[in-house]
Amino acid sequence: MRTLHRKLLRDMVSLRGQVTAIAVVIAAGVMTLVMAVTTLDAISLSKDRFYTDYRFARVFVDLKRAPEGLVERVRDIAGVNQVQTRVQAPVRLEVPGYEDPVRGQLLSIPDGSQPDVNRLHVREGALPESGRSDQVVISEPFAQAHGLRAGDQLRAIINGRLQTLTISGVVLSPEFVYQIGPADLLPDYERFGVLWMNRRALAAAFDMDGAFNNLVLTLQAGAAAGPVIEALDQLLAPYGGVGAHDRDEQMSHRFLSDELDQLRVMAVVLPVIFLGVAAFLLNILMARIINTQRQQVAVLKAFGYGNRDISFHYGLLTGLIVLIGSVAGVGLGAWAADALAVIYMEYFRFPEASFRVQPRVVVLGIVVAGAAAGLGTFRAVRRAVALPPAEAMRPPAPEVFHQGWLERSRLGRLLDQPGRIIVRNLARHRFKAVSSVLGIAMSAALLLVGASQFRAIDELIDTQYRLVQKMDITVHFTDPAPARAAAELWSQPGVQYVETYRNVPVRLASGRRNYRTAIQGMDAAPRLRGLIDEGHRDLTLPPEGLVLTDYLAAHLGVRPGDSISVEIMEGSRRTLTVEVAATVSEPLGVSAYMERHALNRMLREGPTISGAWMLTDEGTQDQLFDRLWEVPRVAGIGMVSESARQIRDYIQDTVLVMMGVLLVLAGTITFAVVYNNARIAFSERARELATLRVLGFRRGEIAWILIGEIALLTLLAIPLGWLIGTVLALWLNLAMSTDLYRIPFVITHQTYAFSTLGVVAAASLSMLLIARRLHRLDLLSALKTVE
Amino acid sequence: MGQAEVPARDGGEVVFAARGVTKVYTMGEVEIHALRGVDLDLYAGELSVMLGASGSGKSTLLNILGGLDSASGGEVRYGGQNLVRATDRALTTFRRHHVGFVFQFYNLISSLTARENVAIVTEISRDPMSPEEALALVGLEGRMDHFPSQLSGGEQQRVAIARAIAKRPAVLMCDEPTGALDSRTGVRVLEALEHANRELGTTTVVITHNVVIGEMADRVIHLSDGRVASIDLNDTRKSPSELHW
Repeated sequence: MRTLHRKLLRDMVSLRGQVTAIAVVIAAGVMTLVMAVTTLDAISLSKDRFYTDYRFARVFVDLKRAPEGLVERVRDIAGVNQVQTRVQAPVRLEVPGYEDPVRGQLLSIPDGSQPDVNRLHVREGALPESGRSDQVVISEPFAQAHGLRAGDQLRAIINGRLQTLTISGVVLSPEFVYQIGPADLLPDYERFGVLWMNRRALAAAFDMDGAFNNLVLTLQAGAAAGPVIEALDQLLAPYGGVGAHDRDEQMSHRFLSDELDQLRVMAVVLPVIFLGVAAFLLNILMARIINTQRQQVAVLKAFGYGNRDISFHYGLLTGLIVLIGSVAGVGLGAWAADALAVIYMEYFRFPEASFRVQPRVVVLGIVVAGAAAGLGTFRAVRRAVALPPAEAMRPPAPEVFHQGWLERSRLGRLLDQPGRIIVRNLARHRFKAVSSVLGIAMSAALLLVGASQFRAIDELIDTQYRLVQKMDITVHFTDPAPARAAAELWSQPGVQYVETYRNVPVRLASGRRNYRTAIQGMDAAPRLRGLIDEGHRDLTLPPEGLVLTDYLAAHLGVRPGDSISVEIMEGSRRTLTVEVAATVSEPLGVSAYMERHALNRMLREGPTISGAWMLTDEGTQDQLFDRLWEVPRVAGIGMVSESARQIRDYIQDTVLVMMGVLLVLAGTITFAVVYNNARIAFSERARELATLRVLGFRRGEIAWILIGEIALLTLLAIPLGWLIGTVLALWLNLAMSTDLYRIPFVITHQTYAFSTLGVVAAASLSMLLIARRLHRLDLLSALKTVE
Repeated sequence: MGQAEVPARDGGEVVFAARGVTKVYTMGEVEIHALRGVDLDLYAGELSVMLGASGSGKSTLLNILGGLDSASGGEVRYGGQNLVRATDRALTTFRRHHVGFVFQFYNLISSLTARENVAIVTEISRDPMSPEEALALVGLEGRMDHFPSQLSGGEQQRVAIARAIAKRPAVLMCDEPTGALDSRTGVRVLEALEHANRELGTTTVVITHNVVIGEMADRVIHLSDGRVASIDLNDTRKSPSELHW
């Protein structure tokens, strides 16, 4: 057996090109698996630990104002564990040395101590001292964005009064792992921050002494949120409660869950594709290696080696390739996960994140790769073992060929002899040819998928900011205001156009499914806010009825013409039934729309607005911001160009980094597949090619026989690759849709061209390497050896 | 050595003239002297048989004469050309237009029919006969559209002969053409060779370690230890059908 092991090592050395190519593909599969699973693990572990250790709330509710005494009745609700009442308020901030408007959210903590629920992780400094009304702790990302440290100061306009606050510490909260402002889609650490202040001081500023306007609670183990929410809603309705909700509807948690879902998809889809291709390649390679070693196998068997020895021998070859690939894959995966961690930690803030590759993941990677390889090798090894030993004694029998339909056709008669050799070789080895075509097609498909994602992001940004959000600035008010408030905005410097909207938080429900969002009331055909259908055609709001984002309609399982229940989460808090009039197709966010007057009527109010969209003169924007800040009812100002940049950055940082890795890997695989095919075809044809050289054929002439075959296979594979790639891209697209964004399905002729170019480049490089081998072809040995 | 002993056929025109041909292979750290100075002339239209044990250098010599390999020293003149100094490209052209090869293991292209196996050579030759004509010369006119897998070993070797002669080569090099065949089939192959030699007047060299085959030759060249040991001249060539082994 020791000699057989030596043969194994020598085989590996002589097949090093092919072994490397397959190991690379396995490494790619294991790498994507390790990268995705490690990142997934790290985020979910960090999340779970943070949530548990810092008692992240299970149920959340906002209300107008309720007396502190009510808390005892909340505690009495069955299933409730800890309760924390809070005062919260929006605040406008001025950070020294920063021009743009900054919004803040102020939350109360018990005087000088940690809250019972949603405790804070102090990164730097300390909580405000008991009794101090001028101290705050601020969220870490906000602190970092402005370089603020404990001891620094900032100014806040709290309920109309300008106040100077001293930062006593920098903290992280499980409530703001993904720190995002109300109504924002993406974090903007410079323009939005969270601040915590002593309860007494905050209550005094907002006239909330002995009262609260926000409540969070945890549940007893095993208790369901549903009944608690129901009881809470009943209890708080008289106090202006806007409907308690579960964690699922808490912004930070929802984004985090979405991201984890997406990672879960990647952790399955990408390794499946790569390891599938690897299994496939191993199958082809092992079948061919064993085929070229038929004589050796027969001789070994003639000498008395058993089937088990021979199975083990070839099994070991596969095992070694898998091992090389897996080790490389785990290393690369750990490295990639580390790099990805840095990106994720920018968006998701945890006290600690352990991006260490777990042994479980390593084992998983090797087992999955091994299983894929085993699957690929099984057939070939079984064939080798079935070989009768007499095989070695016989002279080589020429392979059986027949004239196919192609050659009997008119086209076939035009073929020269090398052309016939190509066609007949392919026709004779149909399985091999088909598997080669499939292998190349798979790599073309991977290139297509990767490339399509890049195009799709451009398309997404373009659609959202050219066709949907056509305004320069969004202003929203502290409270709903009469429509005439728009006049105030028209008079500001540099304002070219103003269009108003009404925005009301609602819970939409149909059957058992429900979703918290907001209804935007706007003009039937707004100039600054496009409503588009799937074909990007402009839609007009119907005079009555609700228009839903198609993603939301699908989530609720409703279609135009269906009725859904709308629970209004503001003011009067009524539940109505409204007909869905149409759907719109938007890449970002999940919203519902209504004609503004219809919405006003539904809310039983006069012409009321929540804010406005504006076109402005860019040159006077700074001046405009200063003036807008002085308008008391303005709660926030959003810059659309800024959010476009943010969403692009976010998607580029997360999805596109993954897709970039995929693209590099797809390129490698393409080369591995094509090179392997060419290399094996070369070994199989070496004797015939040498014979032709002896008969006086030039190198270029015999190269054509080989290259023609590769070229033909590649040519057949490309359209198939387009097809597989399109299906894969569509699948990935559906799997990666989230509330935050839906990457549109875009495949243009450039995408197809890119994938084609990639395959052609890989094929050309392979052919070049094969041509070098042809150059060194040994004429004499080919004539002497039997086969 | 040996030059004085080289008997010539009367009036024969020299096609190949080898002088002092040596060949040294380096196998790892060992130098193998396959040819140690061969002097040999081949004449137009003759059928010579090269006899020798394994390792005597006969295949090496044939490969050098046929332009498959280059000598380490000496010279091989063909027409006005010294093959020893020829470039790879020139050797390819030489093989393409002037040499026909027949190998022990036939080396047919398995994916081409008999006719096409011949055609693959005639397509790149200057003045070939038609594949049909060549196959008729070896008695295979009835099996032209068969693939190698549908032909017996003897038939495959005759296709190989047809392929070699179809270009009307100046010289036909046959390396153990009957080595893989039984005697009855071998005789038929030799008949085909002899027929081609006689009909076309192609200078033919047959390598073998089968002494009997020497009886059908004009000259028998004995090689041993990388040198020409002796050359026998046959007064009469026996017909292959008279040979038995």
